[in-house]
Amino acid sequence: MSDEREVLDVLTTNARESTADIAAQTGLDEDAVEEAIASLERRGVVHGYQAVVDWDRAGTDRVRAIVELNVELDRETGYEEIADRIAKFPAVEALHLVSGDYDFAAEVAGDSMQDVSGFVSEQVAPIPEITQTVTHYVMETYKDGGVRFGDRDEDDRLSVSP
Amino acid sequence: MTDDFTDRIQRVEPSATLAISNLAAEKEAEGADIVDLSVGEPDFDTPENIVEAGTEALEAGHTGYTSSNGVPELKVAIAEKLRGDGIEAEADEVIVTPGAKQALYETVQTLVEDGDEVVLLDPAWVSYEAMVKLAGGDLQRVDLAPHDFQLEPALDALEDAVSDDTELLIVNSPSNPTGAVYSDAALEGVRDLAVDHDVTVVADEIYERITYGVEPTSLATLEGMADRTVTINGFSKAFSMTGWRLGYLHATEAFVSQAGKLHSHSVSCATNFVQRAGIEALANTDEAVVEMRDAFRDRRDLLVDLLADHGVDVAVPDGAFYMMLPVDEDDQAWCEAAIEQAHVACVPGSAFNAPGYARISYAASEQRLREAIERLADNDLL
Amino acid sequence: MNLSDRVTDLPESGIRKFFELAEARDDVISLGVGEPDFSAPWAARTAAIDSLERGRTSYTSNRGIRELREAIADHHRRYDQAYDPGDEILVTTGASEAVDLALRALVDPGDVVAIHEPTYISYGPGVELAGGEPLSVPTRAADDFALTRERLAAAGAERADTLVLCYPNNPTGAVMTGEQLAAVAAFCREHDIQVIADEIYAALTYGRDHESIATQPDMRERTVVVNGFSKAYAMTGLRLGYALGPAEAIDAMNRIHQYTMLSAPTTAQYAALEGLRSCDSEVAEMVSEYDRRRRFVHSRFREMGLDCFEPRGAFYAFPDCGGDDERFAEELLESQGVAVVPGSVFGEGGEGHLRVSYATSMRELKRATDRIETFLTERRQTP
Ligand SMILES: Cc1ncc(COP(=O)(O)O)c(C=O)c1O
Ligand SMILES: Cc1ncc(COP(=O)(O)O)c(C=O)c1O
Repeated sequence: MSDEREVLDVLTTNARESTADIAAQTGLDEDAVEEAIASLERRGVVHGYQAVVDWDRAGTDRVRAIVELNVELDRETGYEEIADRIAKFPAVEALHLVSGDYDFAAEVAGDSMQDVSGFVSEQVAPIPEITQTVTHYVMETYKDGGVRFGDRDEDDRLSVSP
Repeated sequence: MTDDFTDRIQRVEPSATLAISNLAAEKEAEGADIVDLSVGEPDFDTPENIVEAGTEALEAGHTGYTSSNGVPELKVAIAEKLRGDGIEAEADEVIVTPGAKQALYETVQTLVEDGDEVVLLDPAWVSYEAMVKLAGGDLQRVDLAPHDFQLEPALDALEDAVSDDTELLIVNSPSNPTGAVYSDAALEGVRDLAVDHDVTVVADEIYERITYGVEPTSLATLEGMADRTVTINGFSKAFSMTGWRLGYLHATEAFVSQAGKLHSHSVSCATNFVQRAGIEALANTDEAVVEMRDAFRDRRDLLVDLLADHGVDVAVPDGAFYMMLPVDEDDQAWCEAAIEQAHVACVPGSAFNAPGYARISYAASEQRLREAIERLADNDLL
Repeated sequence: MNLSDRVTDLPESGIRKFFELAEARDDVISLGVGEPDFSAPWAARTAAIDSLERGRTSYTSNRGIRELREAIADHHRRYDQAYDPGDEILVTTGASEAVDLALRALVDPGDVVAIHEPTYISYGPGVELAGGEPLSVPTRAADDFALTRERLAAAGAERADTLVLCYPNNPTGAVMTGEQLAAVAAFCREHDIQVIADEIYAALTYGRDHESIATQPDMRERTVVVNGFSKAYAMTGLRLGYALGPAEAIDAMNRIHQYTMLSAPTTAQYAALEGLRSCDSEVAEMVSEYDRRRRFVHSRFREMGLDCFEPRGAFYAFPDCGGDDERFAEELLESQGVAVVPGSVFGEGGEGHLRVSYATSMRELKRATDRIETFLTERRQTP
């Protein structure tokens, strides 16, 4: 495995690991870790570091929705351009071009359902190439960013065993 | 490695039932429809509540080791069950094992040394002999066949067999292979001999929930027996849980602390989620157990009637799901003929040291039982 | 009751004492656990549940369900091993049962059984229960706890009938290279020694693949290989293991197994089958997680001046605590609430060391190693 790959493996498990701890886990020295991270960031492999939040427990009003978008392309406009226009809205947390019945899947967040639906109808739907939107509000999140919410498997191991 | 296996291996023979099951498999492969009355396990599904408890435990991630002697809640539930039977049991006096077989094996290993004398009541379940021989013990056998497989009329013979040299007596009531349930007087006779000659008794009570109209008594409840009895029981038969592998032993704490060492080295512990399912089995399955028992009783009655119709008298069993059918002196040949000609599989009595009989298991549907008897009769095997 | 000497003579395991000490406290971070902190892979668990729902709750054939034996045979091709699922594989209730059966099938009263130490605690008692005479062969930190010809010779192992070999090793985390195995194999051939090779940690190696002594020349026919699902598949509580060996050996083991166990837990067999079929990537993920922890723990020990050779297998590190290991472990538990197992529990050659299990989350490992560091600092300050 390359050094960067090893560092990535640690960061994707826990982005808050210190350089020293990453070094200890990968067997690299701290300078090499710093360098790997800098390179990953510089080359746009790593775009940022975020907490995985269970918003239901955070006690804030926050509504998330998955929005399906259908588009019709013309000679001048491609997916890239449309995506760029949609992604610029801060309310859009994630945007994917997907295969299947629709073209884009957007994850949209807002303070309330009105907020989200207002955003979709007033900002997204009017984009000329967009032919249809379907909004699915997230009712419950069980797993996000690879992390399971709610009950975990119990650790009922004996404290000392052969 | 080719020639160098241990003496103890040479002492145990490959199971005598193997020839029969191989023959049955062969016939089946040829396309024959074999009625299999040789099986030693219930034909019912494990009751739904137990399956659910097992499922939940797996979902919750109970996939790690447990305490070697068992999950504390299960040991508590087992002790409570035993107290319900009149045995003064505490959770610390229980070892939970992967199957009652393992509990028996550990018990015999803990008690029997080279040359120790062990008394068996014939016909006896095949594994006892093997376990004793593996431990290096010698066998004394008392034949109950002449007494309709009952122990009470054979107490004199038992008295002759038991001496101060006797280390261990194994009592299995209700019995595999005979279905006999021993009377209280018989068990008291066992007690008197055990106390007189300072003998330890293994009470294998695995069929105790499957009895018809008689209440089986646990040997350990008799005065003087609490300290000298190892009670064996399990979930395989009562709850139709054979493949789950869950059993237990109960004895004095001193015994348990010794046997526990062997247990932890030889199997570590019983399966975690299975133990949790066992807690549910003991707590909430009485109805299903009674239903299965009643079904077994109906089949027993049916079999006894069908056999009587053909002029065959059997010792009517009061428990388990087996009966001994008197057949030719050469029971092995009879069993082979039963498979070859009638396509009915039974176990030859000589496997249990009871030549001249075949063991019929009625863990099969009534329709199959009818078919079996018909086929045996059609082939002049009754 | 007159109990048999072979059982009453067995000593209580030293693990038990530490278990009780640790259980008596409630703030303990335990590095004393000999099992994965992961639960069994979900796919394996759902296969188990599915088998229950389909009513697959009967005994299986003594040797285990055929598909599982076939899948095991396939799986072992990755270690260059070929065993016939028909008569060279026996599925058991944990590797524990497989080791026990192998000893009972191979060891007669009076037979000498060489056991390299430190090692897993059940071999010695297993030998004694079979009436054999355990012969301790201490391995050394200087050899990274690998077994060598010299160590075998020094212990007088040429008179052994059987050798119990456990690599990757519990408690040291040591592995053996093909070259090192070749020397041990030569010794066994020269002195006609048969081998029980407990390879339950085979899938948990770091930086190089596991090699089995059974693949050394002329060793297959004198070796019973034991393996299982407890460690690699995080299935300790399902109780499923197996033995691979020449047909006669497997047959001999099955003769006992049929009377003492009948068959391994049916549900666990289906879980294991699914494990082999579809859980390779989950195993690989667990292995890389262990690997990160392994490096972390090893590097922290070095930082704090705790001498530790680099473990390459299983999920244990075996640092040198520079003195009385039992006292060290007791005081560490007492003052810092960190449980480790003293090395002497695992036999000769283990004294002065600690078994540190890293089958624990990185978070806990950090807290635990910080506490160990504090403990060491305080010890150094108070002479
Ligand atoms: C008399 C007797 N005891 C014990 C057993 C063992 O049952 P298990 O190991 O499935 O609990 C059996 C099973 O056939 C039996 O017939
Ligand atoms: C070396 C070794 N062998 C065997 C075992 C027992 O494994 P199982 O759970 O398969 O019985 C262990 C468990 O700690 C072990 O470390």
